[in-house]
Amino acid sequence: MAFELTRDISTLKSYARSIRMNSIKMLTEAGSGHPGGSLSAADVVAALLFGVMKHDPANPKWEQRDRFIMSKGHCIPAWYSALAAAGYFGEDELINLRKFGSPLQGHPDRMRLDALEASTGSLGQGLSIALGMAMAGKMDNASWRVYCMIGDGEAQEGQIWEAVMAAPKFKLNNLTVILDNNNGQIDGYVEDVMPLTPIDAKFRSFNWHVIAINGHDMEQILKALDEAQAAQDRPTLIWAKTLKGKGVSFMENQVGWHGKAPSVEQREQALVELAQS
Amino acid sequence: MATKATRQSFGEALVDVGAQYPNVVVMDADLSKSTMSCLFAEKYPDRFFEFGIAEANMIGAGAGMALAGKIPFVCSFACFITGRFDTIRMSVGYTHSNVKIVGTHAGIGIGEDGHSQMGLEDIALMRTIPGMIVIQPADERETKQAVEFAAAHGGPVYLRLTRQKLPDVNGDDYKFECGKGVQLAEGSDLTIFATGGTTHHALKAKDLLSNQGVDARVVNIASLKPMDEELVVRCAKETGCLFTVEDHSIIGGLGSAVAEIAAEKYPVPVKRWGILDVFGQSGSPDGLYTEYKIDAHGIAEAAAEFYKSVKK
Ligand SMILES: Cc1ncc(C[n+]2csc(CCOP(=O)(O)OP(=O)(O)O)c2C)c(N)n1
Repeated sequence: MAFELTRDISTLKSYARSIRMNSIKMLTEAGSGHPGGSLSAADVVAALLFGVMKHDPANPKWEQRDRFIMSKGHCIPAWYSALAAAGYFGEDELINLRKFGSPLQGHPDRMRLDALEASTGSLGQGLSIALGMAMAGKMDNASWRVYCMIGDGEAQEGQIWEAVMAAPKFKLNNLTVILDNNNGQIDGYVEDVMPLTPIDAKFRSFNWHVIAINGHDMEQILKALDEAQAAQDRPTLIWAKTLKGKGVSFMENQVGWHGKAPSVEQREQALVELAQS
Repeated sequence: MATKATRQSFGEALVDVGAQYPNVVVMDADLSKSTMSCLFAEKYPDRFFEFGIAEANMIGAGAGMALAGKIPFVCSFACFITGRFDTIRMSVGYTHSNVKIVGTHAGIGIGEDGHSQMGLEDIALMRTIPGMIVIQPADERETKQAVEFAAAHGGPVYLRLTRQKLPDVNGDDYKFECGKGVQLAEGSDLTIFATGGTTHHALKAKDLLSNQGVDARVVNIASLKPMDEELVVRCAKETGCLFTVEDHSIIGGLGSAVAEIAAEKYPVPVKRWGILDVFGQSGSPDGLYTEYKIDAHGIAEAAAEFYKSVKK
């Protein structure tokens, strides 16, 4: 049976909160991983899995399901947390993140976890896979849609722009891309490392439908995802302006929190802050 | 004897599997008239997708198509398509997507265009990816059957094809089997393993060698991964030394595959022959085969020298 979606804003916000809290717990337990981009993605992830996408936790390979690809694969803890909350596996599995033999690999491995659509982690590739899926969906006149989240640092990869050029050619109005524009990457701020601005003009000039939103405003996220579904002849970019490390004061907008696990004390502080958010 | 470029046979075979499998789709990156995927495009325009000069995206989109139930053949020159190694490693290999990667114009046999267009390291690259099957046919019959195999097989396949025409080396009753090599000619002094564009030269080299009193066995290896271990071991036992020849770097290709098996299972002297860790260059295809000594004369000369050095 398809998962029962909700449009209740406070319910979706509480899903986002639990995604953030579980991401922090898993990463602390694992002792390594990427909190910054998992936290910035949490609201969009919650809106997708609990508010918008057709899917069935009891039947991960349901043919009519909407597909989601985390192209910025290092942020998969957010998606794992959401999958657990939706019932794809028990929440107790989350502590096995990054451990030997675990289905929850450090970066997504679809061969180890049925609920994943693709294996990613080498940045720049997931969008092409999403594009191919959307093309196949079009060929079959399928009603399912494809969602793909990319990072702003990731958008420096050439293959991203090959895919951005191709998607309008194939009129993929069944493809929605969310750009998690948190302005952080490893070596610094995206705008210093290799500027992406102007994002909207770039995508528009490639013939995409672009919707700019605050990626932490649940109402704006839902509205944008709905608007993308209505797009007639072209793919949609949801340009989500976000804060890296969102919800944890000492992580917010700190480049150093891109790929570092919190200590136990830091975890406790983070959980207190998130619980109050 | 019929002669045909394996890419031409490939284009025709694609049309055949297109009829047999409605889920087969074909993608190309602005080389469809050279890879001959254009034949499929003419017949099945709704199942052909032109990606422009953007191979990585084409390969990734192929993975997405496969994950949604299609059987994609993604086509370009061997050098360009396997040059997108990380995309193949991740989006095809690790994702275990059912993508058929087709690299045409492999080796120095492409000729005048020179090194930049010559796939000389593609076999080595593709062999390192777990689960990737690597096939290089040596004539039309083998090409058609390899394409049929690729379409039927549920998993990634790399198909390496030539620009130049190749004469038939296999008989009418030939059946391609993944993981099997084929002994084309009997011989007891040494075994010559050949693949793709060098196989028919190896057969001629056998005649030249017999004039010098060397009785060479000739084996064609179309299935480069998985390799026919049993056949390599049997040849090692029966002929005592192994000589390999390929239009590919001697690092990582057929020669390495044969040497790896011999070293581990039945050590005997092995000589790898082919492109000797150097770049290619412009020239006529036949002229280059002569210059790089992988034509019949070059093979016979190198094999005779090897034979003398190990069996004095
Ligand atoms: C091709 C590739 N190069 C380098 C890396 C190492 N890496 C992991 S995350 C990252 C930064 C990603 O930044 P961004 O896409 O903005 O992600 P976010 O800030 O949302 O975490 C890099 C360079 C990688 N995973 N893949």
